Amino acid sequence: MSAPADIVRLVEDQRWQMPRNIHDQLTEAIYGEAARLAERSVESRGTSRRLDWQNRMDRLLTGPWTGLPIMALAFAIVLWLTISGANVPSGMLASLLIDTLYPPLHAFAHANLWPWLAGILVDGMYLATAWVISVMLPPMAIFFPMFTLLEDLGYLPRVAFNLDRLFQRVGAHGKQSLTMAMGYGCNAAGVIAARVIDSPRERLIAIITNNFALCNGRWPTQILIATIFLGALAPAAFAGVISTLAVFGVAALGLLLTLGTSWVLSRTVLRGEASTFSLELPPYRPPNVLRTLYTSLIDRTLFVLWRAVVFAMPAGALIWLVANVHIGDQSIAAMVTGGLDPVAVFFGLNGVILLAYIIAIPANEIVIPTVLMLTVLLSGQPEIGGGAGVMFETDDASVKTLLTGAGWTVLTGVCLMLFSLCHNPCSTTLYTIYKETRSWKWTALSAAMPTVIGFVLCFLVALVWR
Amino acid sequence: MSSACPPSACESCSASRGNLEKLGLRVDKWDYVVALAGNPNTGKSTVFNRLTGLRQHTGNWPGKTIARAEGGFAFSNRKYKLVDLPGTYSLRSASPDETVAREFLLFGKPDVTVIVADTNALERNLNLALQVLQVTDRAVLCLNLMDEARANGLIVDPRGLASDLGIPVVPCSARSGEGIDALLREIDAVATGAVVCRPYRLKLNVPGLRKLLDDVTRRLRATFHDLPNAEWIALRLIEGDRAVADLVARGEVGRLADDHAATTSAPKAPAPAAVPSPV
Repeated sequence: MSAPADIVRLVEDQRWQMPRNIHDQLTEAIYGEAARLAERSVESRGTSRRLDWQNRMDRLLTGPWTGLPIMALAFAIVLWLTISGANVPSGMLASLLIDTLYPPLHAFAHANLWPWLAGILVDGMYLATAWVISVMLPPMAIFFPMFTLLEDLGYLPRVAFNLDRLFQRVGAHGKQSLTMAMGYGCNAAGVIAARVIDSPRERLIAIITNNFALCNGRWPTQILIATIFLGALAPAAFAGVISTLAVFGVAALGLLLTLGTSWVLSRTVLRGEASTFSLELPPYRPPNVLRTLYTSLIDRTLFVLWRAVVFAMPAGALIWLVANVHIGDQSIAAMVTGGLDPVAVFFGLNGVILLAYIIAIPANEIVIPTVLMLTVLLSGQPEIGGGAGVMFETDDASVKTLLTGAGWTVLTGVCLMLFSLCHNPCSTTLYTIYKETRSWKWTALSAAMPTVIGFVLCFLVALVWR
Repeated sequence: MSSACPPSACESCSASRGNLEKLGLRVDKWDYVVALAGNPNTGKSTVFNRLTGLRQHTGNWPGKTIARAEGGFAFSNRKYKLVDLPGTYSLRSASPDETVAREFLLFGKPDVTVIVADTNALERNLNLALQVLQVTDRAVLCLNLMDEARANGLIVDPRGLASDLGIPVVPCSARSGEGIDALLREIDAVATGAVVCRPYRLKLNVPGLRKLLDDVTRRLRATFHDLPNAEWIALRLIEGDRAVADLVARGEVGRLADDHAATTSAPKAPAPAAVPSPV
C-alpha cells in the first residue's frame, strides 16, 4: 500500500518511458474506431431537402449582415407583444384583486382586529401580494412561453453564434450569451447556467456581468415607467411603439454594459485570452406548443411568481410598519426619505426611490409597489390611494398623476429605468453567486460594480439633462 | 417490431406500455439505478420525461441540463431510479457540468447506463459511447432522433452496431414515444442479467503500456479500497490528466467513491438532490 501522493509521483516518473504523445494516440484511436463503426452502420441516401432548407435558414439567421438585425427584431417583437398584451389582463386582475376584493377585506379586518394587525395583514401584506400578482403574472405568462418557444425551435444556439464574435472580442466566452439569455428570465438562473463555461476566468466574467441582463422582476418596472413617462410623450397611436423602443433601448444598453464590463474585467482582474469552444447548431425542431406552454407556465411563470409572492408578503408588512411607526411626529419612512433626498437629486432620483431599493433588496419585483406607497404617504395625496401607507393599484394615468404630483419628471423616470438596470442584484442572486464562486470577494464585486455604474450613469444623465 | 402483433395481444404482452409505471419523484426505494448519458442535445431529458412521467423542461440547445436530475419508474415489478446526466462530448475533459456526468459514471456504478445518441451524428456520438464502454460493463445504446434521421435520408443498421459494440442497440424517437417500449425491455434485461453485455473495448497498442497500467492499477486498488474503475483512473494518470492527478494526490477519489456509493447503492436512504460543487 502506498500513499496517494506516491502513486502520482511514481506515474510521473514512469510516464516518460511512454511515447510522448500517448494522450493524442489514445484520443485518435477512439475517434478512428468511432468513425469506422459509424461508417459500417449508417448509410446516406444522397442529400435531403430538409437539410438544404436547414442550411438556408442558418445562412439567413446567422449571416454576418442578417443575423444581428433579425435577432434584434425578434427580440423587439417579443417585447412589444409582452407590453401591449399584458395591459388588459393586468387591469382585469387589478380590478378583481384590488377594486373588488380589497375594500370588503379592509372593512372586515378593521372591524374585527386590532388596527395595527389589520393594517399589517390587509393594507400591507395583502395589497403587496395583490399588486405583485396583477402586475407580474400577465407579462410573465406572455414573455416566458414565447422565449421557450424560440428555445425549443433551436434559435438560442444561433443567438449564441451571432454574439460569439462580440464576446470573443471583449475576452469573454461565447457561451456567455446563453447565460445572459437565461438572465433575462432570472439572474440567479443565469448565474447557475454559467456552469456550461469551462474556464473559471470566463465563467466568473459571465457570473459578474449577468446582472446587466434585465431580469423578470425588473421588466415590469421598465414597462410601467416607459409607458407612463415616455410613451405619454408621443401621440396615443405611437405610445406603444415608443415605450417598446425605450425598454428595448435599456435592454440594449444592458448588452453594451455586459460587453464593456467584460472587456474591462478581462483586461484587469480577470486577465486572459478567450478560449475557443465548439458550438453545435442543432436542427430546427417544431416545438410541441402545448407541452411548451405547460412547462413554461409551471416551471418558470409560477415558480418566479411564487418567489415574488413569498418576498412581497413580509415586505408589505415592513412597508406598512415604516410608514406607520412614528418617531416623534415623523414616520420612519418620512425620516429616511427626507435624509436621502438631498443626495438622490444629484442622480436624478429621489429619496423614495432609494429607500424602495433598500426595502426591495430581497426581490426587485416589489420596487414599484414600494415607490407608490411611499409616495402616497409623503406627498399627502391620500385621496388617490386608500390612505396613508396603503398600496393601491389604479390605472396608468392615475399613477402618473400621483408621481408627477410628488415632483417626478421625465428625468426621474429615465433615471429610474437606468438605475433599475444598474444596481445590486437581489439577495437570492447574490447568495447564488456566493454559492457558485465560494468567494466573498467576487460576490462583493458583483454587487458593487453595477451599483457604482448605475449612480455614475444617473449622475451624468441628470447633469446633461439640466 | 410491434407492428407484427395484433392489437389484442397488447393486453398480455409484457412489453406493453401498461407495464411501465411512471413514478415521477417517488424514488425512495429502488432495485436498480439507470444513468442517462450522451452528447449534449440528443434528447436525454426527453427520454427521462418519457420514462418517469416528469416534465423536466427540455430545450433545443446543448448544455441545457447542468446538474443531474433524478426520477423513477417501475417495469415488470422492479423499481428503477433514473439519473439524467448533463450532456458531454467526452469523458476526457472536465468542465463543471461535464464533471457531474463523468464522476457519476465513474464512481456512481449505475446498474445500467443508457447512452442516448443522435443518430444523425453517429460518429461524434459513438466517440462518447466508446469512452463510456471503457468504464462500464452494462450499457444500452439508444439511437434517438430516428424520425429526423429518416427525414434526412439515413439508413441505420442497429443489429450490426449492436454486434460491433457488444451491447443492445434500440432505435428510438423519444419525442413521439417510438421505441421506448423496446428500450425499457432492454434496460430491464441488462439490469437483471438476462442479457449479458460484452462491451467493445479499445485495444491499447502502445509498447510497455499494459505493464505500467497494471502496476498503477494495483497500487490504486491497494490504497483506495473498492475503488471503481481503477484502471481508467490509472490510464488517465499515465496520460497526464492534471484534474485526475489532483483528485488522486489529495485522496479525493476515495471520498468521491464513498459519496456516490451512499447515493446509489443504499436503497433505504432518500435520494439527496446532488448539486455539483463548483470548481
